[in-house]
Amino acid sequence: MSENSFTLSAESLAQIEALIAQYPTKASALMPCIWVIMDEVGHVPPAGVDLLMSKLDVSRARIYEVLTFYTMFRTEPQADYTLQVCHNISCHIMGARPLIAHLEKRLGVRLGETTPDNMFALEGVECLGACGMGPCLQLGKHLYEHLTNEKVDKILESLRKGIVPTADTDRLPAGSGE
Amino acid sequence: MNKSGNDMLSTRFDRPDGHLLSVYEAEGGYKALKTALASMQPTEVRDVVKDSGLRGRGGAGFPTGVKWGFVPADADEVYFFVNADESEPGTFKDRLLLDYDPHQTIEGTIISCFAVKAKTAFVYIRGEFGWLIDRVQVAVNEAYAAGYLGKNILGSGFDLEMIVHKGAGAYICGEETGLINSVEGRKGQPRLKPPFPAVSGFLDKPTIVNNVESVASVPWIITNGAEAYKNFGTEKSCGTKLFSVSGPVKNPGVYEIPLGLPFREFFNEQLGGMADGEKLKAVIVGGSSVPVLTAEEAMNVNLDYESLTNAGTMLGSGGMIIIPESSDMVELIQVLMHFYFDESCGQCTPCREGTGWLHKIVKKMRKGEGTVGDLDLLEHVCQGMAGLTICPLSDAAVMPMRSFIEKFRPEFEALIQETAPAGNCSLWPRGEQE
Ligand SMILES: Cc1cc2nc3c(=O)[nH]c(=O)nc-3n(C[C@H](O)[C@H](O)[C@H](O)COP(=O)(O)O)c2cc1C
Ligand code: SF4
Ligand code: FES
Repeated sequence: MSENSFTLSAESLAQIEALIAQYPTKASALMPCIWVIMDEVGHVPPAGVDLLMSKLDVSRARIYEVLTFYTMFRTEPQADYTLQVCHNISCHIMGARPLIAHLEKRLGVRLGETTPDNMFALEGVECLGACGMGPCLQLGKHLYEHLTNEKVDKILESLRKGIVPTADTDRLPAGSGE
Repeated sequence: MNKSGNDMLSTRFDRPDGHLLSVYEAEGGYKALKTALASMQPTEVRDVVKDSGLRGRGGAGFPTGVKWGFVPADADEVYFFVNADESEPGTFKDRLLLDYDPHQTIEGTIISCFAVKAKTAFVYIRGEFGWLIDRVQVAVNEAYAAGYLGKNILGSGFDLEMIVHKGAGAYICGEETGLINSVEGRKGQPRLKPPFPAVSGFLDKPTIVNNVESVASVPWIITNGAEAYKNFGTEKSCGTKLFSVSGPVKNPGVYEIPLGLPFREFFNEQLGGMADGEKLKAVIVGGSSVPVLTAEEAMNVNLDYESLTNAGTMLGSGGMIIIPESSDMVELIQVLMHFYFDESCGQCTPCREGTGWLHKIVKKMRKGEGTVGDLDLLEHVCQGMAGLTICPLSDAAVMPMRSFIEKFRPEFEALIQETAPAGNCSLWPRGEQE
């Protein structure tokens, strides 16, 4: 993405102004302002950094420090769907590794790679806070729990049609959980 | 999720409507706030919480009312942070509190802020809980509209702004000073203490950081009194505690139990024992950072701060990880060391290098390249890491490492001597990446 192609919607710009007014100092609004750009663009391009510098009066170095410290912030364009599978201890005990192996087979890539068509990225991540419902997988704001190979196949099938399937956390229906 | 009948925190868990202000109010919600604002001084609120014996539920178990008392009495600007970073492996309780019952935590936060005279509260929610953040924000908006937040709350003259802050994927931001730096718009690297945040924290102003569960306990304590709270639990471990239970038990989930309950009883009666075909091998009772217990040790402990300390482990976050006989302990410690290496913020050499070394050595052993000296080497690295760093993450890696070797040494030795039965590491073939 070239710097010139970066435009932020009027709503996002208004959101940034509102955050600056809400936070005690301009610099303290840095993370939420990065999130505004992430949510609209999917990553923070160099022109986004320029915008943050001018709005928040913080140095380029400091913004990059923050962008690179936090794993959820990205400075490069991302795949259409980034599948983040928890590989930490509880999920591991409950079968995260065979599940990852299954995903690798289905997608034809190894953990940490992206499919050539840029549709799927497969990442191993640390505990997602769903340890009792593992194995689990996160896709943006959607958390899929109690996964099996069959469930994963259904998720992939749906995503290939461009539909993000309803996740366990999308809405908590009556009597969910155990 | 699961309840045990002793519920003060989990009454609305598992309910489809518990997150609504109308439901919360109908069930007595925000009465504690009204009581506090109308008839109590901030110091009285603090004293009730202190007398209740409530201890921080974020991991360290420090008495909440005592911590509040460290804020200088003449402070002009005080900040309050609700720690909802919930990233300790094995822990998934705060998300339920915020998901099913956000108003309980919001009310607890407002009362806590009144007690320490804070005018701004941040609720710091880990970035991976994107689905939860929206739900909490809706509840905060409801509370503003009802006059529980904002200027001159319920006509008391007390003002409070509440900001829901989204993290971005860093375990270390759960450490209170890392969290403060994060909200200041910096890398989430912990600060050297002292000064403690209660004296100098966010923007160098007095700052209190409390876990979600600690804060959520406050309305009940104000409504029912310190003595009533002490009726639950043991003499020194008062109240109830949420345990997040994961692993192959019959009924995993989040349970609210009175502190002091014997593990054996909890395991057999509430968790339903192991899932079919599984046998209990070990238990990590308080999140991945505390020493592991063998099945036998676990069967003889009570679940409270003192009993667990006496047993050589800690209550921690209450993230209880059940490890079955079929698990390979060397494999599991590799998973954990990978985690601590990944999450070390890098500013202390013993932690940055040490976690890397621990991970590398275990990985080497699992590749079949271990040597007899490796266990001593691991211990040597641990010695260089414990108690020497800015924050306890370094110790948090050492505690599982040491206890895994101490209690399951034959598994490590077998691997080194290559006498481990082939296929033992079925879940994660040896020598594979990470
Ligand atoms: C590496 C590390 C991670 C931590 N993560 C959390 C966390 O996710 N949630 C939490 O409440 N406390 C966490 N803590 C503990 C906090 O530093 C702090 O003690 C706690 O939030 C205080 O709240 P409490 O007194 O109510 O327990 C962590 C500590 C360390 C060293
Ligand atoms: S102990 Fe580790 S995580 Fe903590 S401050 Fe030092 S380097 Fe960072
Ligand atoms: S270990 Fe996978 S969600 Fe916690």
